[in-house]
Amino acid sequence: MISRRLLLKSGALAACSAAAHPWLNTMTFAAAPGDNRLVVIVLRGAMDGLDVVQPYGDANLRALRAELSAGPDKGAPDLDGFYSLHPELAELMPLWQAGQLAFAHAVATPYRDKRSHFDGQDLLEAGTGNDLPIDQQKGGWLNRLLQDLPGATGETAYTVGTEEMLILSGKAHALSWAPDARLALSAQAKLLLSDVYHDDALFRAAAADAEAIGGSLSPLDIDGKGPNGDAAKLAAFTANRLNGATRIAAFSLAGWDSHARQPQVIGRQLRQLSTAILTLRDQLGANWDRTTVLAMTEFGRTARENGSGGTDHGTGGAMLMAGGAVRGGRVYGDWPGLGDGQLYQQRDLLPTRDVRAYAGWAMRGLFGTDRARIEGMIFPGLDLGPDPGILL
Amino acid sequence: MTPAYPELAAIRLGYGLSPRHGAPDHAALVLESVQASTVPEGWTAEQASRAQSELDAARKGVKEQTVSMEEYRALNQRLNGQRLEVLRGRIARALDAPAGFGERLVQFWADHFTTVAQNPPQQIMAGAFVDEAIRPHLNGRFADMLVASSTHPMMLVYLNQNSSYGPNSPFVRRRPGRNLGLNENLGREIMELHTLGVGASYSQADVRELAELLTGLTYSPRDPVRFRPQIAEPGADRVLGRTYGGRGTDGMAEIARALGDLAAAPATADHIARKLAVHFAADDPPAALVADLAATWRASGGDLAQVNAVLAGHPALAQTFRAKVRQPLDYLVAALRALGVSGDQVRAFDTPATNQILSGPLQLMGQPFNRARGPDGWPEPAEAWITPQMLSARIAWALRIPSKLVDPLPDPRALLSAALGNTASPPLAAAVPRAENAREGVAIVLASTDFIRR
Repeated sequence: MISRRLLLKSGALAACSAAAHPWLNTMTFAAAPGDNRLVVIVLRGAMDGLDVVQPYGDANLRALRAELSAGPDKGAPDLDGFYSLHPELAELMPLWQAGQLAFAHAVATPYRDKRSHFDGQDLLEAGTGNDLPIDQQKGGWLNRLLQDLPGATGETAYTVGTEEMLILSGKAHALSWAPDARLALSAQAKLLLSDVYHDDALFRAAAADAEAIGGSLSPLDIDGKGPNGDAAKLAAFTANRLNGATRIAAFSLAGWDSHARQPQVIGRQLRQLSTAILTLRDQLGANWDRTTVLAMTEFGRTARENGSGGTDHGTGGAMLMAGGAVRGGRVYGDWPGLGDGQLYQQRDLLPTRDVRAYAGWAMRGLFGTDRARIEGMIFPGLDLGPDPGILL
Repeated sequence: MTPAYPELAAIRLGYGLSPRHGAPDHAALVLESVQASTVPEGWTAEQASRAQSELDAARKGVKEQTVSMEEYRALNQRLNGQRLEVLRGRIARALDAPAGFGERLVQFWADHFTTVAQNPPQQIMAGAFVDEAIRPHLNGRFADMLVASSTHPMMLVYLNQNSSYGPNSPFVRRRPGRNLGLNENLGREIMELHTLGVGASYSQADVRELAELLTGLTYSPRDPVRFRPQIAEPGADRVLGRTYGGRGTDGMAEIARALGDLAAAPATADHIARKLAVHFAADDPPAALVADLAATWRASGGDLAQVNAVLAGHPALAQTFRAKVRQPLDYLVAALRALGVSGDQVRAFDTPATNQILSGPLQLMGQPFNRARGPDGWPEPAEAWITPQMLSARIAWALRIPSKLVDPLPDPRALLSAALGNTASPPLAAAVPRAENAREGVAIVLASTDFIRR
């Protein structure tokens, strides 16, 4: 078993020693690692991949799902004659047509069988396999990527939002901030607080980052109102950082656990996701062309609809990719089928590829990260397999 | 340094020191506070159900044009206001409790059995959940708290039990076109989160069988009946090698029997002993504390009064002083207590004051009230709470809010002693008198590591 507590602890202790820079230190902007940008959106709660990218061309789908994932008959835009897109993502169709939106289907982390959100998310963010001893499962894979990037500074990677993000915790210094946070202190209060925090590495580092970030932000003009306001704010803030020195960013959208009334639950979340992606595109301007967005979830859901108009915890799922750097307009992955004997444990979509392989090939393409480093350090023990060619 | 018991008890077991209360000088006083917290605040499931029915009727009325949009909005707003009343009530009790251990346990168990309110009537239901499923059992048997929480309408709604039907039940068989069936959510979280813990040896099949056993549990705002045999899956269910239910048995009693066995499992003792030790002592808790709590749990069959007594008198409290960071709710209460704010003052807050002083800051500090991200509740590690943005929110609260509540502001040196007794570290004691004004001096006390940690 992996515990979020252990993972966080190991990461944060290391971060503390790395972040011993004094309060009031000005940020140094070393040469940033290239112009390419990677945004990872963690979809917490296990998004139903079969509903988001609906394999309506598989004749078995109808037998498993009476109401959900009904394909073009129920207004889902057709993607390629086999898959259709959930209608709540219809606003993304222009991206699909422009070749800036793609999916990978039947993907999963190595997590199997207990189907716990919390362990599943920990593993997704740690980027490790099941087979590693606990003491090697430290920190998140984006942090290990950051450790491998020449010229990376604290500003190179960001997590956005008030939630902790295991995916960027670890030895390399990364920043985290929420669009609504403000810090305004008098010089004397700053000085006194820095004395008070001096002996506590955790507080010292957090306060130093708060001061540095709070002082370096330009005012954001973000329309954060309306039902999708939070997603818009997160994405606009992320874009603001990515338009500066930041190259790697992560945030999460929670609420995908659709045990009942799935159309409402997933519909609301898909509108958030769609808003986040379109806001990133709009706010990144020309930088969108160098950007890859990966939206990943801890596992998929049962192939069969349950009796509550929803689905229970499953295994194989789907990943979304967007951005000007993506070779879009296609659904990647080998389709395992939904027929008898084709499901995992006779209940879930069978994963045919490790979701980390797509992320690994993305970082190879975006940052030139060495294949051996990806397989040995960033995703320890992963076989990257052949290049799926997801980037232009 | 090792603080004396009264300070340890107030800071580590309770909600902090206060000029309004003496610190408890022995464990018996601390344990008495638990009994005081078993008295409910008065929110009930019936009240929440009435609110739900009222709202449903109004919604229908709007459709039929017998209720105006203004009336409907006013009703919504009135119900929503009760969310803030629940929050104010919770904080007020923690402020007025001389030794706050009982109220801390309320927060611990409400988080262990996390529910998330999705609409205004559910906000009231969340208040009822604490009053009906948590408080009465703080000094009782864990098995009873487990049954009360697993069968409470709030949990049935939150973990989708309310829409779980036995696929072969009479109810479903009569509705062949409706695609009604099992929902695994509650069964899974009972095993993973509420009892055994995810590391224990149970399987997907056990989850499924428990979910089948739970079918029949239901909630309707118009009907107090909590178990309906006609939607229960027929036949016996095997959970962890034991058989429950089946022909001629009482569905509700069999559910209680299964929950009792899960409550009595050794893995449950280990799981919750560790959780208590993590919450009250340290993110990486002393092995002796975990072992002592688990041993007492097992020997007493999950008698929480005995478990509470082990915690209240344990040497690990002193050994791990300041190892924990106060979570935001804990922090706000501790700050208000240190400032001498009374429960009555808080109960009298209007909506804007509640939003500005309590509700909004809790959100910015990362802990919106009754809105945990998932059924696993709030994270424990210090690192999850002391991020740049969340620490900023605490500093901002410490700077802006006290002057709105206390006039004149206390002398920061007096506040230092009121808030921390003899436990202030030399750097903090040196920094406070150097503040430029009382406002910043107060902020430095309340934003200090000495105060945020416990």
